[in-house]
Amino acid sequence: MNKSIKELHELLKNKETTSEELIKESLTKSHEINAKYNAFVTILDNAQAKPITNELLSGIPFGVKDNFSTKDILTTGSSNTLKNYVPFFNATVVEKLLEKGAIIVNKTVLDEFGMGGTGTTGHTGIVKNPWDPTKMCAGSSAGSACAVASGVYPFALGSDTGDSVRKPAAYCGIVGYKPTYGMLSRYGLFPFASSLDHVGVLTRRVLDAAIVVDAMKGQDPKDMTTWDSSHINLTKSLTGNVKNKKLFYIKEICDINNYENPSPTLKEHLKNFHETLKLFSKSGVEIEEVSIDIKLLEAIASVYTIISCAEATSNMSNLTGIIFGPRGTSNNVTEMIKEHRTKGFSPLIKRRFIIGSYVLQKENQEKYFKNAARVRRLIVDKMKELFKTYDALILPVGSGPAKPLKGSIDVMDRVANIIEEHLQIANFGGFPSITIPDGFINNLPVGINITGNCYTDENVLNLAYALESLMPYKGQIAKEVSK
Amino acid sequence: MKKQIPVIGLEMHCELKSNSKVFSRAKNAYSEIPNVNISAVDMAFPGTLPVVNKKCVADALKVSLILNCEVPEYLVFDRKNYYYPDLPKGYQITQMAKPVGINGHIDIEVNDKLIPVLIHDVHLEEDTASLDHYFDTTTIDYNRCGVPLLELVTEPCFHSADEAVAFIEHMRNIYRYCDISDADTKKGEIRCDVNVSIMDEDSKELGIKVEVKNVNSISGVSETIKYEISRQTKLKEEGRYNEVVQETRRYDEETGTTIRMRSKEDAIDYKYFIEPNIPKFKITEKWLSILKNEIPKLPLERKYNYLNNYGLSNYDASIIIKEKAISDYFEECLKLGIDPKVSANWIITQILGYINKNDTSIDKISFTPSKLKELTDLIASNTISSKQAKDIFNKVIETKKEIKDYLTENTQISDSNELETIIDKILANNETQIKEYQNGRTNLFDYFVGLVMKETKGKANPVLTKELLTKKLQG
Repeated sequence: MNKSIKELHELLKNKETTSEELIKESLTKSHEINAKYNAFVTILDNAQAKPITNELLSGIPFGVKDNFSTKDILTTGSSNTLKNYVPFFNATVVEKLLEKGAIIVNKTVLDEFGMGGTGTTGHTGIVKNPWDPTKMCAGSSAGSACAVASGVYPFALGSDTGDSVRKPAAYCGIVGYKPTYGMLSRYGLFPFASSLDHVGVLTRRVLDAAIVVDAMKGQDPKDMTTWDSSHINLTKSLTGNVKNKKLFYIKEICDINNYENPSPTLKEHLKNFHETLKLFSKSGVEIEEVSIDIKLLEAIASVYTIISCAEATSNMSNLTGIIFGPRGTSNNVTEMIKEHRTKGFSPLIKRRFIIGSYVLQKENQEKYFKNAARVRRLIVDKMKELFKTYDALILPVGSGPAKPLKGSIDVMDRVANIIEEHLQIANFGGFPSITIPDGFINNLPVGINITGNCYTDENVLNLAYALESLMPYKGQIAKEVSK
Repeated sequence: MKKQIPVIGLEMHCELKSNSKVFSRAKNAYSEIPNVNISAVDMAFPGTLPVVNKKCVADALKVSLILNCEVPEYLVFDRKNYYYPDLPKGYQITQMAKPVGINGHIDIEVNDKLIPVLIHDVHLEEDTASLDHYFDTTTIDYNRCGVPLLELVTEPCFHSADEAVAFIEHMRNIYRYCDISDADTKKGEIRCDVNVSIMDEDSKELGIKVEVKNVNSISGVSETIKYEISRQTKLKEEGRYNEVVQETRRYDEETGTTIRMRSKEDAIDYKYFIEPNIPKFKITEKWLSILKNEIPKLPLERKYNYLNNYGLSNYDASIIIKEKAISDYFEECLKLGIDPKVSANWIITQILGYINKNDTSIDKISFTPSKLKELTDLIASNTISSKQAKDIFNKVIETKKEIKDYLTENTQISDSNELETIIDKILANNETQIKEYQNGRTNLFDYFVGLVMKETKGKANPVLTKELLTKKLQG
């Protein structure tokens, strides 16, 4: 299970291994990882092997974040409000993977309904980082990232509303990719914030990410925001040739002189980033520094909070316990709904609902929600303008490696806040965005992110593929660091 | 007290016809069996997404065009958020910011006079589930959940129950003409919210507006308006106008009154915002012109055409335009060259008579306009009498046979040679009577006519018979 999809496919084809064996190994590993890091809501011990065909994914096990609807398999969204919910239909992307012959072996833990970035708010408890169990995986696709990094299977599904695929990927030392908005169907993905939600994938190799997304993509008559991507072949686009490609990074984020009191970790993180840029330049790409109005960058986090909370409060209004989920005991319908929601949701989510309601109220909507939408547009327009000159944006992920699960959270200055939140730009614009491993700081993995304009997934993936080839982290498996 | 002028505005909801629901693939059909026409989308199972039914949008745009509205450049939907068990998603997909039509107007006829009606907007949305309340329990039927609903909001421009009712009937007729909806109030396909206020005759300021929700019949609308006008006027007369407050009431069918639901202070903030799962969709001029061409000629236009160009009476024209199929039948008759008044007469007395008696409809009967043409031509050529024509009509429509199948037994004998032979035979057997007649008993003429009729079983052409008899008897 430490191998790539292509390697596994070859082994299966040549009958050097069987689908049964892979499933057995994956399940054994699942139980082991779950005991250590608590990555799964459900482990499917009765997962059945499938015949090996010419499809690269046939016979190969994978994991599904527990906010994707899976037919006849418990799907909780890591929330008590759906702790007993067994869907009767598959999410479109799940259905496509099953059609290709892949096998679900587990459902992975997330921050409740994807609404968190720590992997600590799921109803089954916190997910620990496989490199260091005292650290977080980040979220919300915590379980998927943990499992792929641990070598449970070559890929798992994630969803990404702010950075929920790309940040856990960085913290766990793997690849996290979310394609252009609408390339993958959201039908069957439990919504957090529909205009920001993306389906994504976690793998250990860029090529695997391309293979899995190629298998899932396509216009879905059940999701009006999907578009026809039949002319795009991600797997074939990975040539490694990136000569004369132009990239930019944002000065305000990457220049250590912009930080008032940079921590040693941040210093090392940015140094590491710039070294990687130098390395990348050798392959023929041009990388330039671009300065962006700091006010625009500072607004990212607020814009994200306002829009995501507003959409979330509406999206989750279906969770009343009347049609599905544990029903309240009162005879009065309002009380019934109140009981279900009061008992079911964690405090963090309730806080988000209150923010969402507040910014949508008639008297506040113009000031908060509509202004947030306007600023979102300004940020996206600025990026699109830059994408006219540059093929992609390259930035470090977060302010360093995985943060501790316990203890004081670093007091961050205002710029440090931007470095933590900038991945949300790709959600604002629906941009294709991929995180790949970029070495280690304090023995823990850090990530680097490449983001491009909408519909340029092939370009973004090929850049990531080229950079990945220059570094020794491709396919790495997490091993606990000794203290 | 000064004379009071009532001011009324309507919100008219109409369920649209379509194969599937407005945002899901479930069947859009009325069913007595609850929860059979439902899908995961209607029930708001997690992860489901709306998909817009283009046919419903097309129909909504047609109504917008008919109402002379401004149509937006892009089709956009909004969410209206509130918790209620009839709304599984916790929000209704509707149109708030950019409805399919705004600022429209249409003329309607009230007691044979035209009045203008101003349209605030018309928007497409989804219906909610239906709740049935019993003694200690309530049941939910999701069949109706997601059924396309067109809401038409007028400005407060009506001044009587009659005007409001005329508008609803006018629109109902338009929906049926366009085959957009059956607009059947018995199935709850038309539901109204009614806003009523009163104001001093010479005032420019509107009075306090009371909104009455969920009035589900046309007679209910009329009763609601009349009741509210009298309730508000009475309070004003008694100097208690401060008791008329801006509030939401509901119509109580049993008592014909309205009952307070909630005050304006309790009004719900629906927290509208754009529906992110439906990408904005360009409404092209090309599409609009295609839709425009699909709109049939509407009843009022037809009526004036019949009055002004075909000399029909107001009464006849009104009956003929009541249903598009009848009006189409009439126009087909005109095309075939049947006299307009003759056509109208036949349709109203014979055809509609038959239809009402047999509970059928004009597009289902076998008696086509071309048959009517054949029949009226036979009358015009004196081949048959009107009475015979009616007999033939009754037989043809019943047996679905051809007119000619009944012609021989009903045809008048108008051939003078044939008649002469018959008359000669009769006269040869009545010589005494001939003499008496010739001696001055002229009233015997009718006796001879009677004999001819008896001999021909009434088929002798009476005019020709009389002509021939006169000639023969004069010797």
